[in-house]
Amino acid sequence: MINKIVQSMAEALAGIRDGSVVLLGGFGSVGQPNALIEALIEQGAKDLTVVSNNAGTGRSGLARLLELGRVRKIVCSYPRSAGSVVFEEVYRAGKIELEIVPQGTMSERMRAAGAGIPAFYTATAVGTKLATGKEEREIGGRKYLLEEALHGDVALIEAWEADRWGNLTYRSSARNFNPVMAMAAELTVAQAQHIVELGALDPEKIATPGIYVGRVVHVAYGEPAVT
Amino acid sequence: MATATLPDACKPLTREQIAARLARDIPEGWYVNLGIGAPLKVADYLPAEREVIFHSENGILGMGPVPAPAAINPWLINAGKQYVTLRGGGSYMHAADSFALIRGGHLDLCVLGAFQVAENGDVANWSISDNDSAPAVGGAMDLAAGARQLWVLMEHQTKSGDSRLVRRCSYPLTALGVVKRVYTNLAVLDVTDDGFVVRDIVPGLTLEALQSVTDAPLRMAIM
Repeated sequence: MINKIVQSMAEALAGIRDGSVVLLGGFGSVGQPNALIEALIEQGAKDLTVVSNNAGTGRSGLARLLELGRVRKIVCSYPRSAGSVVFEEVYRAGKIELEIVPQGTMSERMRAAGAGIPAFYTATAVGTKLATGKEEREIGGRKYLLEEALHGDVALIEAWEADRWGNLTYRSSARNFNPVMAMAAELTVAQAQHIVELGALDPEKIATPGIYVGRVVHVAYGEPAVT
Repeated sequence: MATATLPDACKPLTREQIAARLARDIPEGWYVNLGIGAPLKVADYLPAEREVIFHSENGILGMGPVPAPAAINPWLINAGKQYVTLRGGGSYMHAADSFALIRGGHLDLCVLGAFQVAENGDVANWSISDNDSAPAVGGAMDLAAGARQLWVLMEHQTKSGDSRLVRRCSYPLTALGVVKRVYTNLAVLDVTDDGFVVRDIVPGLTLEALQSVTDAPLRMAIM
């Protein structure tokens, strides 16, 4: 019998090694795997490369992981946002390497990783300083940059419902990077608000099929706080 | 640098008025992405009977206006992390699909804010120097390169009075030669092969006065 549901955070994050590439879902505060990030802080892995659209806000979650010096490098599209104080501090102090990637290139690099495509060409960023060091090629009269797939060792994501096979659904804009990161990592760990019986999820609504998911942990925190 | 002051009789538009002005010009049936900042206000000024379909890069197609506080769905935010609504017929998608429709040329229009637009259509909107403390590009480069048409909504001048419409951008570029139209608090301008052409100008402002606060040369449209 397949059962990907684990009973504790320790089980959920067992085996994450120092130096791992960790993909963190979420866009702003929606669809962010907060409980798993807190558990990663407890778990202790360090020298991490984190891939996340944003670079954390306030002093908890990803910001706390950065503040504790556990992240060697962050790959993101939009590190500077309201409340990204910790990132600004560690970045200014030269304590973190930053790779800025256009958001669509970042998501496609992960999709490519999950789909077995080693690299692709895109017109995004041609002629800008983010093209530095990248192969440029003209195809059909337009210039493109070569972008390589972005693999994760671990993806930490948030879902709405899950079953024991790891099938997942999402709420509204909380889908964002979660299904893409689930495809791109060696091990995907999902925190889910609801655990349901196998067969209870409408197959038409499963956005991430269980083949991409390694572990599921039940975290019923309710609605995100309205700010 | 063009840093002249405006005549007293001139009434610059507010950001809301620029957004409303731009909303009026979007053709029925277009698929339109709204970038963060002032462009997001455009969704609030589209009359309910119009059918223009707004896309938000975080995975919303058919985005509606800002909800009343009691009607907030805490799971539904736009690219600027503000609460929004979904119109009937709207749908959600993940990040890779959202940017596939951007990169794939399916959007009729994208509206972005900017620091500078050059007369050759270059746009700079993500970083204000080569030594920016922490540059943040988001989806701007994908949108600028992928949408069929790019309009910019921005103030005509910086807070210190420098022109944002320039001969060549001095800030790091977002994309090259892509801007088709600019909506500012003073004017609406097309970007043509011959530079900026003024389509509309706020009451009380002459072309000469507009030129005096604009670095790039301007021509009046022949209507």
